[in-house]
Parts: sequence; structure tokens; C-alpha cells
Amino acid sequence: MASIKEQFEVPSKLKTWSYALIGIGALALLAGFFKSGMSKDEHEQAIFIGTVMYNTIFWTLVCNASMFFICITTLAMGGWQQSFRRVPEAISTMVPIFGSITLAVLLYVAFAGKHQIYHWLDTDAVNNDPILKGKSGFLNLKFFVFWTTLAIGLWSLLGYRMRILSSEADKGAFDNVSGAKFIFQNTVRASMFIAWFGLTVGSTIPWLWMMSITPHWYSTMYSWYTFMSSFVSGMSLIALWVVYLKNKGYLEYTNQEHLHDLGKFMFAFSIFWTYLWFSQYMLIWYANIPEETVYFKTRVQGAYKGIFFFNLIINFLCPLLILMKRDAKRNYTLITFMGVLILFGHWIDFYQMVMGSISKDHVTLGWLDFGVLSLFVGLMILFVAKGLASKPLIAKYHPFLKESIIHHT
Amino acid sequence: MAKKKFVVGCFDDEDLLFPAVRKVRTVGYKIHDIYTPFPVHGLDHAMGLRETSLHTAGFIYGITGTTTALSCISWILTKDWPLNIGGKPHFALPAWIPITFELTVLFAAVGMVLTFCYLCQLAPFVKKHRFHLRATDDLFVMVIECTDKTNTDDLKSFLSNAGAVETELQIAEADWWVGSYDKDEVPFENTNEIAA
Repeated sequence: MASIKEQFEVPSKLKTWSYALIGIGALALLAGFFKSGMSKDEHEQAIFIGTVMYNTIFWTLVCNASMFFICITTLAMGGWQQSFRRVPEAISTMVPIFGSITLAVLLYVAFAGKHQIYHWLDTDAVNNDPILKGKSGFLNLKFFVFWTTLAIGLWSLLGYRMRILSSEADKGAFDNVSGAKFIFQNTVRASMFIAWFGLTVGSTIPWLWMMSITPHWYSTMYSWYTFMSSFVSGMSLIALWVVYLKNKGYLEYTNQEHLHDLGKFMFAFSIFWTYLWFSQYMLIWYANIPEETVYFKTRVQGAYKGIFFFNLIINFLCPLLILMKRDAKRNYTLITFMGVLILFGHWIDFYQMVMGSISKDHVTLGWLDFGVLSLFVGLMILFVAKGLASKPLIAKYHPFLKESIIHHT
Repeated sequence: MAKKKFVVGCFDDEDLLFPAVRKVRTVGYKIHDIYTPFPVHGLDHAMGLRETSLHTAGFIYGITGTTTALSCISWILTKDWPLNIGGKPHFALPAWIPITFELTVLFAAVGMVLTFCYLCQLAPFVKKHRFHLRATDDLFVMVIECTDKTNTDDLKSFLSNAGAVETELQIAEADWWVGSYDKDEVPFENTNEIAA
């Protein structure tokens, strides 16, 4: 115990890199703001807002997926993740930060009545449209603002309560009674988070934030699909941070066995994502009802055709073929490569989900998208590193830690 | 059918088994197999067994299933007997994916089960010698194959020193045979004593 490195110190190189990324991102954001955001053309404006929107939603949901991972393994009484549990914990500290950016962007869109993004904000249009009128109980300004604020607020609060409880395991050894009480408290707080997560990420929030950009169209698969996109990216992000810390000589108790399990999550949920992708696509393709095919019209036959199928290749075929072998999931280099690829692939997925509806006729992917992405990646790296440094990397006295140390797949 | 000479060492503790395996391998005895009441993690590595190629076989079976499904359906529905189904094109790939998936899984599953049975020499009526019945209950049974030059008494005491609670010499069939246990072998040498 005495010889392990418990305290993460943020390397200056990492700080430099994240500042550089934030700098590039901020420049791109400003340039985009002056070029498109200030534009008189409402379509140009919508492209700028949409670009910021899908980036911030993507990173909020990805970081929130880390807390989901902690809670779900806690509820399953899992022990194997204990040796690197502080990594997803540190990633989940990003939820309040990215969450407030998302909240600001979405509230701006809602209150400024940006009907190029959310058509249902236009009350005249809604009154003359029986379909939108029928949905107005769910798609209206008050509910949108209320539910968005509540969702982000409670993700942050319930996640914070999980992290606070985790610090108890640094203070001193548990006996049988206090250990059992600690585990029980963990399950209670985790189930509170999961319940709220199910009501938001698992159902309403993707409908509200992203599906409502095409308000006439609906798919009950949509939320699960979005959730899986963010979950598999979240697992990749955790794996990337674990590999980074291993490279720096931290996380002595984490080894190939844990990496193998993370790799399994990346592999399995890439396939589950494809299952949902296909279920959503095939039913709509088969029924061929105009009000349902409208979503796929621009994506399969329109300008987004290339991105749409490229998305399927890097999010399904690559993980399927590359991560299939046992050795691949235990290989630090391959897991790093696949982690970056999956994150990029699902970022592209979010891109086509949002921008395919805002800018239907031409693909807008360009310097602005990558600039804003670099801003978010820079923020993520900086604050996750700070989150890691704020606590010991190992919860020394956690009752399940031994199970993680001797973990064997 | 070839009978061979084996020395059987029984361990009652997993923690004694691993060092024993290491000692036996360093000295150079040939481990025939180890029979355990439950799967023991890491024992295959300790014994130096190579990684199974069952999953490679599974991948090949799966690919075969995919190819069979896609080529069969596409030939039937575009060349042999084209049908107009709901105005869809004859080459209606999305509609075939579920069947392709099912056939991939079916081929992979059935193929792997059969391959597994073949590799483990498992089949109805196929019998193999049971070295110790308590291997299915509470003993870890290590079986060491002897050559003509092996000093069995040395080996027995070596196993006892390594922590075996019970050691015995057996001359037994090393391969499988078709038959039944109650006719071919007496499960307990001392059946009469137990009955009495």
C-alpha cells in the first residue's frame, strides 16, 4: 500500500495542450460567431447555434454516462471497477460545467424563439398545424425550460452526492457494520441517479433537445439510440483516461484484466448501438410512411448520405472487426486507437442527428465544427485532470477494492 | 486402445494446487490433465496450455452463415423467383438483415458446440477414464503421465511433499472408448467393503 502513487499531479505538458486546444477552440468560436452567429441570414445563424448545440449536448451526455457507469456497477454490486473508479468520477465532475453551457445555449435558443432550430417555438405555426398542436403538451416553452433545467440540475446534484460518498472510503477502514452501511448508502444514491437518468437520458431529454428539431417526426427508439451513442463514447473516454494514467505510471492496481472489461463494454455497446440504429431504420424503411421517412430522406438520399454511412462503418464495422479478438481488447495501443475512433464516430453521429435537420441541403462539417470540438476537448482534458488531482486515485478503504485487485477475466 | 501408467495426486486446496503445478512443471513431469470441481481461473496459464482456437472456428462458422444467408436470399429473390413485396425493390437488403443475423448466430452457435464436443471428445456413449470421482465434488485431481523410466514412488512422494492429500498409481486407458462405465470398470475398488 505504501509504495503506490495515490496522488495524481497534473503534468505541465497536459496543461499546455489543453490550453492550446481551448485557445484554438475559442478563436474558432469567435470567428464563427462573427461570421455566422452575427449574420443577418437566419439560416447561417441557425448553423452556428446548431454547431455549438450538438457539441455541448454530446459532451454533457458523454460525461454524464460516466456517472451512469458508476451507478450501474454500484447497483450490480460490481467490484472490478474499484481500482480505477476515480477516473469516471473525475469525468463526471464535468457534468455541472458542460451542463451549464448546454443550459445556457438551450435557454438562449428557447427564449430568443429560434424557430429555425425548434420549429415548435413558433406559436403561429403551431396553432395552424394539427400535428404540432397535438404535441404542444410536451413541446412547449415552459415545459422545455423547466425539464431542461431540472434534468441538468439533478444530474449534477445526484452525481455530486455519489462523489461525496465515495470520499468516505479515503478516511479510514470500515468494520463489518459500517462497511455494509456504506455499501447500502451507495446503492440508495446510485438508484436515485439511475431513476432520474431513466426519466431523462433514457427517454425524454433526447426527444426534447434533439428529436424536436424535426418536430413532425418521431421515433420511440431515438432516446435509447442517443443514450447508447453517449454511453459507448463514455466508456471509450474512461478507457482513454485509464490508458493515459497507466502510461504516466499511476493506477498500479489496474491491469489488462480491467482494460479487457472496458474493451468488452466498448465492443458490446457498439453492437447494441447498431442494433438500435437498425431497428429504427428498418421499421421506417419497411412501412415507408412519408411522415416517418422524412427524417431519413435527407440522410440516406440527400446531402448527408456519405456521413450517414461513414458513421455506420466507423461505429459498427470497425469496433466489430477490430475489437472482436481477445488480444485486441487487452492491447493498450489498440484500445487507445479504438477509443479515439469511437468518440469521433459518435461525435459525427450527433453531428448528423442535429445538423442533418437544421441544414438539410448541404453538409456544414468544417473548421467551425472541429474548432468547437477542440474547445470542448480542451475543457474536458483540463477539468478532468483537475478532478483527478483533487482526490486520491484509489479509494483505499473501499470494501470491494480487493475484488478489483485480484480481478481476472 | 492403449493403456498408460498415471500417477494421480489429489489436492484439497486451490492455494496448494498452483505452487504444485509450478513445481511439477519445473521438475519436468508431464501433466496429463487436472480435474477440478469448478473452473479455476488462471489454471490454464499455470499449466501452460495454449489459447483455444475455438473462437477462430466460431468466427469462420459465423462468416459462413452470413454468406449462406445473403447469397441464398439474394439469388432466390432477385434471380430465381422475384416477387413484388409491398413495392420494395427486389434487392431489399434491410429486410434481409434479421435473417442474415439469425443464420450467422445459428451457424456460429451450432458449429461451436459441435467443435467444442469434438475438441473435448464428448459424445453420447463415448466414455473416458475417471481418475477420481471426488474431482466432481471437492478434490483437485492432478494426473501425471508416466513413461517407462519414471520412478513412480519418487513421483508419489514428490506430490505428497507438494501438498497432495492422496496419491495413487493407476494404469488406465488414456483415450476414449464407446461403452458404459458399469460394465467396463468398477467405480470403487472397495465396493464390497462399503456395502458391508
